[in-house]
Order: sequence, then C-alpha cells, then structure tokens
Amino acid sequence: MTLIDALRVRRSQGRQYIADPLTAMPQGFRGRPRLAAGACGDGCDACVTACPTAAVTPAPLALDLGRCTLCGLCAEACPDGRIGFTAEPRMAATTPAGLIVRPGDAATPVPEDGALARLFGRSLRLRQVSAGGCNACELELNAAANVNFDVQRYGVEWVASPRHADGLVVTGPLTRAMAAATRLAWDAMPAPRVLVAVGACAISGGLYAGSDALDRALLDDVTPTLYVPGCPPHPLTFVVALLELLGRARP
Amino acid sequence: MTASVLVHREAVAAIPTLAPRAWRDHVAAALGGGARAVALYGRPVAAADAAAASPGDDVVVTAVLQDAGGALATARTVVAAAHGYHTLTRDFPQLHVLERELHEQHGVRIADHPWLKPVRHAGRAAIPMAAYPYYDVTGKEVHAVAVGPIHAGVIEPGSFRFHCVGERVVHLEIQLGYQHRGVEARLLAADPRRLAPLVETIAGDTSVAHAWAYAAALEALLGHAPDDGVERVRACLLELERVGMHLAGLSGISADIGFVPGASTYGRLRTAAINASMAITGSRFGRGAIRPGGVVARFDERGAAALRATIDRLRRDQAEIDACLRTARTVRHRLGGVGVVPTSLARQLGLVGFAARASGVALDDRAACRGAYAARPIDPHVEPAGDCLARTSLRIAELDASTRWLAAVEAPPAVAPPPRSTVDGPLAASLLVVTLVEGWRGEVVHCLETDAAGGLVHYKVQDPSLRNWMGLALAVREVDISDFPMCNKSFDLSYCGSDL
Ligand code: SF4
Ligand code: SF4
Repeated sequence: MTLIDALRVRRSQGRQYIADPLTAMPQGFRGRPRLAAGACGDGCDACVTACPTAAVTPAPLALDLGRCTLCGLCAEACPDGRIGFTAEPRMAATTPAGLIVRPGDAATPVPEDGALARLFGRSLRLRQVSAGGCNACELELNAAANVNFDVQRYGVEWVASPRHADGLVVTGPLTRAMAAATRLAWDAMPAPRVLVAVGACAISGGLYAGSDALDRALLDDVTPTLYVPGCPPHPLTFVVALLELLGRARP
Repeated sequence: MTASVLVHREAVAAIPTLAPRAWRDHVAAALGGGARAVALYGRPVAAADAAAASPGDDVVVTAVLQDAGGALATARTVVAAAHGYHTLTRDFPQLHVLERELHEQHGVRIADHPWLKPVRHAGRAAIPMAAYPYYDVTGKEVHAVAVGPIHAGVIEPGSFRFHCVGERVVHLEIQLGYQHRGVEARLLAADPRRLAPLVETIAGDTSVAHAWAYAAALEALLGHAPDDGVERVRACLLELERVGMHLAGLSGISADIGFVPGASTYGRLRTAAINASMAITGSRFGRGAIRPGGVVARFDERGAAALRATIDRLRRDQAEIDACLRTARTVRHRLGGVGVVPTSLARQLGLVGFAARASGVALDDRAACRGAYAARPIDPHVEPAGDCLARTSLRIAELDASTRWLAAVEAPPAVAPPPRSTVDGPLAASLLVVTLVEGWRGEVVHCLETDAAGGLVHYKVQDPSLRNWMGLALAVREVDISDFPMCNKSFDLSYCGSDL
C-alpha cells in the first residue's frame, strides 16, 4: 500500500457521517407503527393471533413497542389495513406507558431529563452488556459509533470497564446464565448511573418472554431510565433517544 | 428443478433404525469411508417409536451424514439414556461437540468420551456453570488468564480461559452457554407455521440463512415448491447478508490489527450493503421477508436496478481498499502464519463454512445447489494455509464472488407474499426434513420431524458456530496471547447461535 493508495481510499470515503441524526429518516425502514383510527370488524382479532409477542391488543386497538419486533405480521393480517409502518425511527420512551401506540399517535420526542442533561449532556460513557442478545442489537449499537452515525461527536462513547461508565446498556432477554455477570457490571458502576434497555428482548423479554432460561430480576430492582424499542432498534432510534434525553436536541 | 438450498426429506418409517451397536458400526463405517457428519442429535422417545424401542429406551438418536458426493443419508437408533453407547469421538473427533450436546441435552451416556465437557449448561445432564471442569495445565511457569463472560467491546458473552507460559498460549478452553435462552423449546411451543420471527433471532447476524432453512423445511412439510422468483429474492438476501457480515468482519479484523483505513472503509461499505437489505425487506438484517411459502419483499425492476447500482459502487470502492489490505506489509506480517488450522485438523474437527474453506476444505453447500444459482453458480473458494491471513483473504474473495453475483441480478416477474391457503395447509405426517443453507459463517442445519398427525415433534437447530469453536481453541495454541483477539475475529463465531 502506497501513500497514493491511502489517499485514494480517503477520497472515495468522502463524507460519510449523517449530518443531523435528529432529522434523518432511514428510507425503507419498517419503523414506528401507525394505527388508523376507526372501528375494527366485529370480534376481529387477526392482528392479535398473528403477533408472535402479544404486542397488539384489540378493542381499543393498541400496540406495545416494548414487545413489538417490527415483524410486520399484524399489518399483513389486518383485513381493514388499520396497521401500517412508517420509516420513523423515533420510538423510545422513558416509561413503559410511553411505549404504547394508539390510533392516531405520532412520534413524540423523548422528554429531556434536566438532571441527566446537566451531568451527562456533554459526556456520557456507556458499558454494553449482552444477556442473551442475538447479536443484531449488538451490531446496531456498534453501528451507532461507526463513521455513519458517529455518536462520539456528541460525547457518547462505549467503554470497556463498568467502573468508567455512566450507564449500562442491556440487550437480550436477560438469560439466567448472565444474571450474575450483569448484576456485577451494574454494581460496579459508580452513581449517578442510568440503565438503558435496548430491544424488545431487554424491554419485555420479546420473543423469549416466559422462557424458563431467563432471570429478569435486575429489571425488577432497577428501573430503566430509557427504553429503546426494535428488534433490533435502528441505530438512529438509539442515537436520537439519547440526544433528546440529554437535551442535545434543543435548537 | 433442484432447489437453491439442500433439502432432504425422508419418511420416518424409511429411516434406517438400528440397534445401538449396529448403528454405531454403521456411522463409523460411513465416516471411515469419507462421509462427514452433518448433525447428530437426540430427542425424547415418542409414541411412534414404540416399534423400535425396547423397554427403558428413552432417547432417539439420529445421525445425518453426507457422503463425498454430497448425498445426505440418515441413520437412527433408540437408546436408554443411562446405557447410552460407546463414543465415536475417539475415532472421529468431528463428533465431539455433537456427542457432548447429545449427552447434555438428553442425558445419554457417551462411554469413554475423551472431552465430555458442557456445551451450554442446559438439559437433562447439565451441570452448573460454576462447576465447569476446566482442564488444568500445571507447572511452575504456567499461569492462567480468565476472560469473560463480559468482554471489552460491544459483543456477546462467553468465558475464555487461557493457560500460558509467558506470552505463549498452551491451552485455551472456551466455556459457553451464557446466551442460552431456550430457543429449541420455544420452537416447539408455537404453531410451526409462524416461527419466522423467532427463527430470525437464533443468530441475529444470520437471520436470512436461518429463516431460509426454516422456510424450506416448512415448504417440504407443506408439499409446496417455491417458484423461481421467490428463490431469487431469497438468494439475493442471503448473499447480501454474506456481503454485510464479511464487510463487518473485515472492518473488525482491520481494527484489531490497527489497519485504520480498513476499519472505517469496510465499516461504511457494510452500511451500504445492509441498507440495500433494508430497501428490500424493511430491516437491515433482512428480517420479515422470508416466510414459509414465499417472501414479503419490495423487489421490482426499480428495486433491482437500485440494488445493482449500490453493488457496483460498493465493488469499486471495495477494490481499492482490498488492494491496500492485500499489499500492506503490516497486515501480512500480523495475519500471516498466525492461528493456523491445517487441512487435516480442519477435516478431523468437522469445521464448516469459511473457516473450513480457509483451511483447504472445499465445503460449500451452495456448490451442490442450483435453483437461484443455476444460471450463475457460485463456486467454493478455497485457501490452503488455514491461518488468519487465509481466513481474511477468503472472506475478501467470497465478498467479490457474492457482489459479482448480485451485480447482475434481475428482478423476478412478481413476488407475492405467501398465500394463506398454502401456509395454513396440514403438514405431512411422519416426515423428517433436513435443510442445509450455506450462511456467511457456514452451513445452517435445521431438522424437523412430524408425527403421525402432522404435528411437529422435534425441531433441531444447528448453527455453524457450534462446529467451529473448537477450531478457534486449537488455532491459538502456541500463539501469543496478544494475538488472540485477532484470531477470534478471524473465525467470527456466534455465541447465541451456539448457545440457543
Ligand atoms: S409488527 Fe409488532 S405488533 Fe405487529 S405482529 Fe409483529 S411483533 Fe406483533
Ligand atoms: S430484541 Fe431482537 S434483535 Fe435485539 S437481541 Fe432480541 S431478538 Fe435480537
């Protein structure tokens, strides 16, 4: 490899980062569901039976993003076309209630947390732990730090040691075999600290909810500060949620 | 028409079912004659097995073998778990992990197994994780290094224990199971026609290959042959998955050896590849598209043209960075001669996928398939050296072959979602279906069996990682421990796929 070759690679590389993640729209992404207002057919539960994670509830129609894998089966099953998907990556919330989508609901930003914004607004170090994750969530979290999404420019960084971290980002349904290690990582983290649940698995168990190979006790003891839905979440879902939470989305 | 993936179907009554000793001899003779084991697994005895079972027998053991010509065959025995059979691993080390799994899941005694270690700490004969019997290397100069289960990066967990003399690794033992979330039990808990979302998470980076293996198996059970258009879209997604993950792996190994242009360029090229998957399926991992009976995809003339344009650009930029990586002396120096798995060892261990091909074993399930690959087959690439450099170069060559294939792909006439009438039909009764799909990492194997009423009695999943972890463990012997991350990345194995 000569210097000329390296320069040529650099030239083709061009500018890869997404200028403003807050306004970016991932074309073609099966993202935030949209439910149409109106009445369902008598006793129709086509979407409910189609859903692999019991994320949809009928009458009144609602969809829980904390369980949803964005598989699209409900939309396909609905005879009235009341369920659709948008490319909108904004799906995160700070409470489980904030994850429920009802007819007519559109995306709302994650509310800024003043205290967290003051503490971590310019520098947030995160330790990621996969506890049964399928490696799709992990790949997307890695992607958040690649040349395209480049979350480091906002002071957000992955660190190796929980001692150096301000937050724990869990993926996967929390397997029994990872319970002790995950707890250890959390306990090793100095306060103030936040817990972030990423992906349907971490939030609700997702496709593995109810499996007897899980131990989700950590989530009974510690309430996540942020829930980031998806299976896996798009990197923008994660990045935008962090920026909004930390007050970096203010004009 | 030959399918694009390998599908083997066999009436349960036609499966040669032998007494344990005869079965053992039969499998030994086949393996001794040049066949390889595709799978060897157990399931609890069911009502239909009464004829073959003696009192006390409680586990049905099935071997799936592939002869040198590529033909698949099965052989079965019924054993009492407590009695079991005498190990075949001593003569055929490729069975080591399959027999260990059989023992752990179903409690089958495998007499005289030389390395009867836990696989994922789950099943009838599981032992607690804390009781893992690590092999002990002793000596004044020996020290042990424990890493995991949580690793430094944003990756999955697993425990590595190194025994070293100075910097040199004498022995590495890999303890897995941390990702065990009960996949196989979940597969039997729901309607077999609606398992696609779950199957796509067996190994999330191999969603497409697993989904195709599942869909092909279900189609065999439903008596449905997917049309050419459906197969072509699936093949596109499979090759895009391969491209995306090979690029991710090349970016990762570049980062591990400090080759910064590779880390960033391969990384951003991966974005282009997985966004192309998203344009077709709505998911950067190709999820939601492959279903029994068809595909749900946006792939018309315009979509195909956009894909070809993306791939053309990707190929142009990739050629530049490939040339840099190939000729950079630092890269060759770091990767060459390190982490070697010689051909004989790769065969002995039953390695699969690109790790096998990088060790000179020409094993690629796509070679025997036609269907979507008929007009433009993708022939296996092989590298003889078996070191980190070979595994890396091979991935570059496979990337090139897959992008070349994708660059010429045409849109099928029409792709419709699976018709309800097909999917809701009854499953064939008393049928065993084995499907093999060559995913980016290696062959994905799904074995489904129905009972006399057409109900699913067993679903066995095998991710290529299960077969390959031992390859990594042996590759790092006599290697400096500081080279481990690079060796690990060169194999690029899945924890969740192995742990299920
Ligand atoms: S898209 Fe979400 S709500 Fe709809 S079926 Fe799939 S998991 Fe259920
Ligand atoms: S939420 Fe989905 S993508 Fe994330 S770990 Fe779970 S199965 Fe995988």
